Amino acid sequence: MSGGKIFRKIFLVDLFQGLAVTFRNQNPKYIVTEQYPAERPKVAERYRGAPRLNNNPDNGETLCIACNLCALACPENLIVVGSERNEQTRRKELTTFTYDLSRCMFCGLCEDACPVDALELTQDFELASYSRPGMIWDRQMLEEGPRPKQYKC
Amino acid sequence: MPDSTFLDSTELVLNMGPQHPSTHGVLRVILKLDGEKILGTDCVIGYLHRGVEKIAENRTWAQFNPYVDRMDYVASVSNGLGYCLAVEKLLNMEAPPRAQVVRVILTELNRIASHLVWLGTHALDIGAITPVFYCFREREEALNIFEKYCGARLTTHAFRIGGLQYDTYEGFEQDVKAFCDMFPPKVDEYEALLTGNRIWKGRLTNVGVLTADECKEYGVTGPLLRAAGVKWDLRKAQPYSGYEKYDFEIPIRQNGDTFDRYIVRMQEMRQAVRIIRQAVENIPEGPIMGKVAKVIKPPVGEAYVSIEAPKGELGYYVVSDGSTQPYRVRVRPPSFVNLQALDRMVRGGLVADIVAVIGTLDIVLGEVDR
Ligand code: SF4
Ligand code: SF4
Repeated sequence: MSGGKIFRKIFLVDLFQGLAVTFRNQNPKYIVTEQYPAERPKVAERYRGAPRLNNNPDNGETLCIACNLCALACPENLIVVGSERNEQTRRKELTTFTYDLSRCMFCGLCEDACPVDALELTQDFELASYSRPGMIWDRQMLEEGPRPKQYKC
Repeated sequence: MPDSTFLDSTELVLNMGPQHPSTHGVLRVILKLDGEKILGTDCVIGYLHRGVEKIAENRTWAQFNPYVDRMDYVASVSNGLGYCLAVEKLLNMEAPPRAQVVRVILTELNRIASHLVWLGTHALDIGAITPVFYCFREREEALNIFEKYCGARLTTHAFRIGGLQYDTYEGFEQDVKAFCDMFPPKVDEYEALLTGNRIWKGRLTNVGVLTADECKEYGVTGPLLRAAGVKWDLRKAQPYSGYEKYDFEIPIRQNGDTFDRYIVRMQEMRQAVRIIRQAVENIPEGPIMGKVAKVIKPPVGEAYVSIEAPKGELGYYVVSDGSTQPYRVRVRPPSFVNLQALDRMVRGGLVADIVAVIGTLDIVLGEVDR
């Protein structure tokens, strides 16, 4: 064994090298913990979270044209689009829209398929529910979005 | 004196898992022990079986894409790349150059993220608690880039058949470059914590040795093979997605023990940074999506594409009967094949070594069971 090795062994050099790293990281500058319920993290703009059905901001009518493309694109078949034909305008109109969040994997294929950007995955990520039926969102819920409780501490 | 007492029975059968923190998921290993010595092992897998290959037969080609992320969930970008390349081969097309470069950047970032999970948990199993916090801190930076790029952190669904769905966001290059500058000093930190540490060395050196011949017998690939001295990396051997354009080295070591595999993976992270640096310097302009029909209907035929995932050779064998749905998708997951070598690596060793060996195999049970 060479002299350097014996020195390292007796004076525990390897141990102190490691400890130096640990203590360097004690610096409060390096704190990365997020205080989650108190401070909500800002998620990225493209985040794929809770779905939303967009309304036209001018007249409040839904943008969805009930084309059913999102339901066809979804691998999990969890979107059900209900529509009926308006006799006056001879166009299909959206009546119901159900979205089963409990089976959704937030892959974004439905969003990509929508031709009019009516369906969108938004930045809301607090989707927990106390019951299974609570995970099935209807049209009203999709248009209004979830209202998670804000906690203060 | 009775004829035989419990003292005569020297062999003990012990179940490790499926609920065991060091099996990295739901792996059950039946151990046959003679005191502390392992006489043999038997793996019971399948607790996480979801029938992914069967699901593929009931989905369209594009719809199956998000499911592959859920096999090796710590390296979901690599999985997506393998599947997309396989279907593109079937369609006889290639992604545009810009898409290929972005794919390389994200896949290499994912390699770093995957190796960081391995390093953190492996060190945790051996008893070093500190590295896991640092590893996850740096992994977070990589995941943030994924989140900004495609909107998801773990099961990214980043690539589409034929190219990309999302273009790079504003500031993508800066973020990636910042990561490349930030990361190598952190690897030095991990090495300062572990490489010289005598407990770490003592627990890893000459544990779970797998020679080059044994690796080839079992079909073991990835860092395990390279630590045994075989210079085999699919990124060099059969380049895909433009890897031939980048200048990088394949780190190898000779002993094939757990310590060498640790060194190889650490070097791989540094090499990944090198590749990312080169790629991000010149991302070509141009389209991100090739010419693919809205409804993908590949011609009748079959294709096999394998890529170098963080854990080894990840292969996709896809068969098309000309319809909108795959006829068959078969996955060759690296973890599943590498796990076979477990018995050879621990037999004759001590029971404490099995934790080190499972850690060094770097298995993900989602991929083993599929
Ligand atoms: S995100 Fe994916 S799984 Fe969820 S509804 Fe849309 S297509 Fe279906
Ligand atoms: S694809 Fe868009 S427009 Fe068509 S039904 Fe779905 S949400 Fe409505």
